[in-house]
Amino acid sequence: MRWGVVVFPGSNDDRDALRVAERVLGDEAVPLWHKDRDLHGVDCVLLPGGFSYGDYLRCGAMARFAPVMESVAAHARAGGLVFGTCNGFQILCEAGLLPGALVRNRNLRFVCDVVTVRVETTDTPFTYGCRPGELLQLPVKHGEGCFVADEATLAALEANGQIVFRYVDRAGRATAEANPNGSLGNIAGVCNAGRNVVGLMPHPEHAVERLLGGDDGLKLFRSAPAWLGRDLATSRREPTVVPGP
Amino acid sequence: MAVVARVIVTPRRGILDPQGKAVQQSLHALGFGEVADARVGKYVELVLKDVVRDAAAARVRAMCEQLLANGVIEDFRIEFDEKQG
Repeated sequence: MRWGVVVFPGSNDDRDALRVAERVLGDEAVPLWHKDRDLHGVDCVLLPGGFSYGDYLRCGAMARFAPVMESVAAHARAGGLVFGTCNGFQILCEAGLLPGALVRNRNLRFVCDVVTVRVETTDTPFTYGCRPGELLQLPVKHGEGCFVADEATLAALEANGQIVFRYVDRAGRATAEANPNGSLGNIAGVCNAGRNVVGLMPHPEHAVERLLGGDDGLKLFRSAPAWLGRDLATSRREPTVVPGP
Repeated sequence: MAVVARVIVTPRRGILDPQGKAVQQSLHALGFGEVADARVGKYVELVLKDVVRDAAAARVRAMCEQLLANGVIEDFRIEFDEKQG
């Protein structure tokens, strides 16, 4: 499988994302320069964390207008895989490729920690290899990660199984204490209606080797080739959606 | 004629505004107990050249919708100042 990692001015997790694809998974991976409209035939676009364009105006607001994003939007519309983490999630929301928005953490503090997230649906390219309800330990580092959306949007996300990850405690309960940023419904990640675009606030790309504290993030990256290679007729598992908190 | 457009972007009603809450609490701590609500937004000043105000209004609205405000979380309003020159 071929991965592309978009590099904006101010991206700082792009190297980690490339390293996961190339060194850990052993796949092909190419950096995608923000001014370049060519996606170089990648199967999956990763939008990495960082502070694209200095987070000017709003996080992700400027990155959305980069030439590469026109191609990323077209790739997404055609059903291609797109995975945004942290700033990448913010950019996908600003671009309208994912619902909702990410605003200042409710306690106004930058959070730098390891959190537990629960896999709410395995019917996405990045959770396909997980168990329903599986708990993953992933790092977070952000100041604007509070997921918000209006009530109608939230209800639709719940009804369609578009909530992909929730912040939970070690026992798997979506409590207020387990929520690092005040996100509505403890939402840590969502997907679009087509399920091919996923955004996640924590950083799976920083959790791919035990030596560096854990490898739970690797499951998300390993899911994508399995999703692309699945045999729709015989081996596709029934989508599983865990009920809300 | 140059026209100055002042764009004021505020968090939508019903959307959490933790900065506004913190400002309100700080003002209360300073003895300004009459502050019933505080909302922190953004101010953008645009100088538009060679335009007439009526046409500019529609253009600035489009700028707000496409970039200056995120309709999911923010409201905006626009004020104009006409400047000779």
